[in-house]
Amino acid sequence: MTTFMSRNDLFLFLGFTVVVLAMPIWLAPFGAGYPDLLQRFMIFGIFAVGFNILFGLTGYLSFGHAAFFGVGSYAAVWSFKLLTLDAIPAMIFAVLISGLFALIIGFLCLRRSGIYFSILTLAFAQMSYNLAYSVLTPITNGETGLQLTLADPRFLDAAMGQTFSGQPVPTLLGQQLGGYAGFYFCAGFLILSFFIAQRIAGSPFGMMLKAIKSNQTRMQFTGFNTRPYALSAFVISGMYAGLAGALLAVTDPLAGAERMQWTASGEVVLMTILGGVGTLVGPVIGAWIIKYFENILSALNDNILARFWSFLPEGVADVVVKITSKFVGDGWHLTLGLAFVIVVIFLPGGIMEGVRRIAAAFRRSGSSSAKPSARTQPAE
Amino acid sequence: MEKSNVVLHVADVHKRFGGLHALADIDLQVEEGKTHAIIGPNGAGKSTLLNVIIGKLAPTSGQVVFDGTVLTGRKPYQINQLGIARVFQTPEIFADLSVLHNVMIPALAKRDGMFKLNMLRSLDSETGIRAEAEHMLEDVGMITRREMLAGSLSRGDKRRMELAMCLIQHPRLLLLDEPTAGMSRHDTNTTIELLKKIKSRGMTKVIIEHDMHVVFSLADKISVLAQGRIIADGSPDEVRGNPKVQEAYLGGAH
Repeated sequence: MTTFMSRNDLFLFLGFTVVVLAMPIWLAPFGAGYPDLLQRFMIFGIFAVGFNILFGLTGYLSFGHAAFFGVGSYAAVWSFKLLTLDAIPAMIFAVLISGLFALIIGFLCLRRSGIYFSILTLAFAQMSYNLAYSVLTPITNGETGLQLTLADPRFLDAAMGQTFSGQPVPTLLGQQLGGYAGFYFCAGFLILSFFIAQRIAGSPFGMMLKAIKSNQTRMQFTGFNTRPYALSAFVISGMYAGLAGALLAVTDPLAGAERMQWTASGEVVLMTILGGVGTLVGPVIGAWIIKYFENILSALNDNILARFWSFLPEGVADVVVKITSKFVGDGWHLTLGLAFVIVVIFLPGGIMEGVRRIAAAFRRSGSSSAKPSARTQPAE
Repeated sequence: MEKSNVVLHVADVHKRFGGLHALADIDLQVEEGKTHAIIGPNGAGKSTLLNVIIGKLAPTSGQVVFDGTVLTGRKPYQINQLGIARVFQTPEIFADLSVLHNVMIPALAKRDGMFKLNMLRSLDSETGIRAEAEHMLEDVGMITRREMLAGSLSRGDKRRMELAMCLIQHPRLLLLDEPTAGMSRHDTNTTIELLKKIKSRGMTKVIIEHDMHVVFSLADKISVLAQGRIIADGSPDEVRGNPKVQEAYLGGAH
């Protein structure tokens, strides 16, 4: 009797799918129900899900995953330029190239573990960033960024006799991928990514990854060569990052080197920890929350704050505006840092641990009341 | 009484740590199906010897041969795949995983080898391995704790589970580093019974132990190590009567 998926896993997957597909509806009241932001929720959700396979399951903290994200973006844009504007070949091409790139970097970095591994990934990512920014300008178009032009060859499209007028944009079977079409395209990939991650976590291979995180010495004395396991996890998470990068290029066909910078690598670490390392949905929620508050807070400015605090007495309001203005706009990273510190200190297991604690408290207080469904994520 | 059925041969092994001669001129032959105990006072080099056999430490000179295969220079996982399992002095377990998974992992290592990319198969479909692990846990009397996190077990249970992790691989050679250290008298006796049961299955064992009760209950042959050298070798009775052994144990002040 081979069970394809346990009941709990199936419910989790279905719940996740519904929540994702219904996002335009349930996020509208929060002012986040527009396609541009929703696409980013999907893209960074994929990035975080993949990152969690390496960091959460296997216990290897990479500080360089933005490199694979960037490689995915560049590969996708090149596919648009050289082959076709259709998104699917671009996705495949991007995932393969970033996987290959991850194989090489992972092979070198996994010769060490712990902090040395982290530093090596950081070093390789910064090297990639600098290469993209200057040395490899013919491939990456340097600081301007790689973009689509009318003059691109697009050999496949040309061979099929397709011509375009105006600014070229990525398509799916001839349909443009802007707006909600772009969101559902990305959402499909997030759901697929989540499904694969769920399968991996529930497989014998996934158990080995958790065992490596738990006790690498015992793994070796148990007869496992841990290196190829860790390398597989590294490559898989690199491919996820490449997929996310490619989707960003699909929704906005311009690839720049800043995507590969260490701050971008650090961001996915924050997302994963904020949501809950090692959990399936945690990293996705972490990504959504960070992208949501980035969107809200970075759009605020002194004028909006002044209006918000206008109920306060004149002098007081000025001071409050002055202080709060440091935490919004470009200063929103300050808020993020603060939130991160608070979560790590009080909820080391991230938001998912908070959800678990609340669920446990419910179960204790009212054993007679309806059992709380702790698994699916609350809306903020 | 040599050769013919010698399964493990530690030949002429030396190990130096800087100026310290931790192992000197060790020659040890373990016969198939026998329980060979290595005893000796603290710091005699017992654990170093075990680490050399299992590939955790490389000998300065000499080599270890297992059933015609040279172990020296091989990686720990390769040595395990040849059929050698080890119980550590402080249990090496997967503390973050359930007891059942702890025991399933070595079973999978035995079946699938040192690497297998079986990531789209569900763990729930491994019913054979699961049943095998549950059976093993029943054998060591831990079946009721199978869903517990291994890290939350008592010290004695951790050791028993680690033993189960080794036994499920049906190793040809089992190395035990003080398997009853830190156990209550009752648990020690249960473990002795368990180890006797394995003995009847014909598994070869090398055991390092402080507890003479354990040693004399189990061992077919005893080697006594003192200051990195084997000072006596023989059946339990021979070793018991050996004056050199008495001196090493009772403090050889001369």
